[in-house]
Amino acid sequence: MGAISAYKLRLERRKWQIRAIRKRRELTTVVNRAQKIRPNEILCFATIRNERPRLRFFLKYYRRLGVDRFFFVDNGSTDGSLEFLSGEADVSVWSTEASYRKSRFGTDWLNWLKFKYGHKHWTLTLDPDEFLIYPFCDSRPLPALCDWLDQSGVRSFGTMLVDMYPERPLSGVRYRDGQDPFELAEWFDPGNYMISRNPKYGNLWIQGGPRARVYFPRSPEEAPSLNKIPLVRWDRKYAYVSSTHMLLPRGLNNVYDEAGGEKPSGCLLHAKFLDCFVAKAAEEVERREHFAGGREYEAYHEEGSEPKSLWCDWSEKYLGWRQLEMLGLMSKGNWA
Amino acid sequence: MTVGFVMLAHTALDRAADVAEFLAEAGCPVVIHVDRRANQGEFGKLLARVSENAQVSFAKRRRCDWGTWSLVQASRDAAETLLKRHSDVSHVMLISGACLPIKPIAELKSYLAVRAGVDFIESVTVKEAPWAAGGLSDERFSFSFPFSWKKNRRLFDFWVDFQRRIGRYRKPPESVTPHLGSQWWCLSRGTLQKILTDPRRKEHDRFFRRVWIPDESYYQSLVRLHGANVESRSLTFSKFGFQGRPHVFYDDHLAMLTDSSAFFARKIWPGANRLYDSFLRGSAFSQRLVPGPRDSHANRVFSEAVTQRTEGRAGLAMAGRFPREGYEPQMTAEPYCVFHGFGDLFLGFQDWAGGVAGGQIHGHLFAPDGAEFADGGDVWAGALSSSAKLRDYNVEAFLKNLIWNARGARQSFLYSARDNQTIIPMMAMDRNARVYGVSGAWVLPLLHSGLSAADIRSRAAELQAHEAAMIDRLRERRSLARHRFWTLAEVLERPTEPLRQIAEDLNGADAVWSAETPGFVDLTGLPDMLQALRNAGMNPHLAGAIADIPAPIQRKIGKNVVRLR
Repeated sequence: MGAISAYKLRLERRKWQIRAIRKRRELTTVVNRAQKIRPNEILCFATIRNERPRLRFFLKYYRRLGVDRFFFVDNGSTDGSLEFLSGEADVSVWSTEASYRKSRFGTDWLNWLKFKYGHKHWTLTLDPDEFLIYPFCDSRPLPALCDWLDQSGVRSFGTMLVDMYPERPLSGVRYRDGQDPFELAEWFDPGNYMISRNPKYGNLWIQGGPRARVYFPRSPEEAPSLNKIPLVRWDRKYAYVSSTHMLLPRGLNNVYDEAGGEKPSGCLLHAKFLDCFVAKAAEEVERREHFAGGREYEAYHEEGSEPKSLWCDWSEKYLGWRQLEMLGLMSKGNWA
Repeated sequence: MTVGFVMLAHTALDRAADVAEFLAEAGCPVVIHVDRRANQGEFGKLLARVSENAQVSFAKRRRCDWGTWSLVQASRDAAETLLKRHSDVSHVMLISGACLPIKPIAELKSYLAVRAGVDFIESVTVKEAPWAAGGLSDERFSFSFPFSWKKNRRLFDFWVDFQRRIGRYRKPPESVTPHLGSQWWCLSRGTLQKILTDPRRKEHDRFFRRVWIPDESYYQSLVRLHGANVESRSLTFSKFGFQGRPHVFYDDHLAMLTDSSAFFARKIWPGANRLYDSFLRGSAFSQRLVPGPRDSHANRVFSEAVTQRTEGRAGLAMAGRFPREGYEPQMTAEPYCVFHGFGDLFLGFQDWAGGVAGGQIHGHLFAPDGAEFADGGDVWAGALSSSAKLRDYNVEAFLKNLIWNARGARQSFLYSARDNQTIIPMMAMDRNARVYGVSGAWVLPLLHSGLSAADIRSRAAELQAHEAAMIDRLRERRSLARHRFWTLAEVLERPTEPLRQIAEDLNGADAVWSAETPGFVDLTGLPDMLQALRNAGMNPHLAGAIADIPAPIQRKIGKNVVRLR
């Protein structure tokens, strides 16, 4: 990479940072418990909108892994999400009615919160339906992984988003508040992912899985990106470019080995496809606040019908991280 | 008589205190050196916990940097304090704050009691040290290293390079032969005393303070000078992995540690509550005293981890592995076969090839209408879709996924000049690809289409161009795929030749196949059509010179079995 393109990326990074700082005005503090942050604590950042039934399990899951503090931006929830989060002792919440799309799908808001509170901390940036699986996550808490990454001189940890879905049609399942979503959505596509390299930012671009297979077989270029880098030893100088797909400086996107080896990597189990998804798709098609005009949701929400079933004969039932590692969806790398 | 401990600690001082208290409880004196840069609050807590303990004392605090002389100074200070204060100490063991005793201390004591005067320290010459292979070996001692590798990498590299250029050689002090080894040792009192009070200590210091990682060579070299009975191994179980970083032990390693023949293990993650509870408060102690086969389990786990990091699983593309083009000679997980044109010429070729190749034989995976999977379904192993759009969006990923998903069963598929041709460059660069082809066979479906030569002329030219490009690409010098092509004319002349060759390749020279030899499709009118194409100005040269049409193959020996040798 030449000096000029390096400088351009630097300017771009500045642009996202300035944008994030400007966008702070859209956020209203509801509860700010950030003064309690201690050094080395692991912080989690997320934007939500009407996710009330999911939040209880989300918090439980990440507290068990060892996340110390949560920072939420509530984008106009009307289902009590805000009230629920305000009552949790390790949660800080900001609210906004501003456009999700114009904040680049929450990226600007969360970039600001990380700029302010995330400096020098390991930070997890997630959607409320994403659940991190990493090697040995059943026996080693997240601080073990973060310590190991520190010791190895690694600043970011790459994952792939794995869409989980139930065997039955979505309308046939009933997700209860606080339930483990993977009791219902326990299936996934084991081996149909397509990868290419993004030359500009140096990240991998992964597509595929059930959404490409069922919703986008005729327009695969529109299939959603599955590459995610949610765990980063944050620095004020960093900025996510688009969702958590890639960051600047571009060295942070280098979470994969290019000479044939495997770097440790994980999966984000995606609990999107539950019964609440049917209603959400209908709403989001109206709202047009999602990526590329919500064309993802359009594909799911065919007029007057429920989304097509994602399950097929070759779907794999989720058993644990060792299964994902054996299937080649994640890797222990040299962490033994 | 007892064993004393020198402990070097810099982080997780609460765990260092746990271990120090445990050792003191077992009647062993401990001298702790705490890095001056350690957290002051943590140090205060450590002091509060152990300062009343008569067995525990502290060495003068120094700033310690990884791989520098300061670590030798720290351990030397602490060892001097220990020997001075505790005259009953017969052996001294150097441990770190992240070490954990994995056997009862009483066992260590009795082990050492019957080995009075023996020094347990890994100590080998540079040539025999496998971990020093590549990068710095002899240069560890013949160069000087005044710049920090961790903080001043550029200056470090520049200085090494400069010394290499001028051919620098620092002569070790007379009588010292540089040795290397794990920095965690257990020395007898006598040997340690001699090292500490060596009359030529100044001269040794001058040499060792500038070598690369002196804490792995100072004691290891001097013990050869002063020790009478050196046993070159460490009593501490520690493993180094990728980039020379130590492997860390977690709760899930408990069984591995109880199985170990060592007395201590390093390095333990401070949050490994189960390990600390089991070994300091429980009874999860190993019963093993001599290195046994079970240590090999740990060795295997850790060496596999390094292999996975450096070599990875061939043919796998994922979030943590995406080899650049050319970095991997096999772009897929396992060997597979491509049968080009055979499907157009032979009737029932798919069944025959399935019998010969085993595993799964697919139809035209790269057909324009979509992938024809072996079972005829829309989705195949790994939930791979047959959609042509999805497949063509990333053909390489499609083929890699197909082979990866079916690991353990040989995959074969039919191919033709009508199929998506963009997969050819990848196949050509893939050592796992075996391509068998009948050139010119694309003419047969045209023959059966019933169209006139004038109508098919341009299509025929297009298909022939595809095929020619494919053959050229496979024959390029850089290609890694194995390939074998016959012209249509050659096959018509000697029909069993390619079949025999395929069967031999896949199943060895004594190949026997039990499937019925496939016959030809209807070839009526072929020479006429080829001539008509020529008359129309298109030369189907890849088909070869076809004189006349043979009778369909009907040679059978015994019951549907053809033996080819």
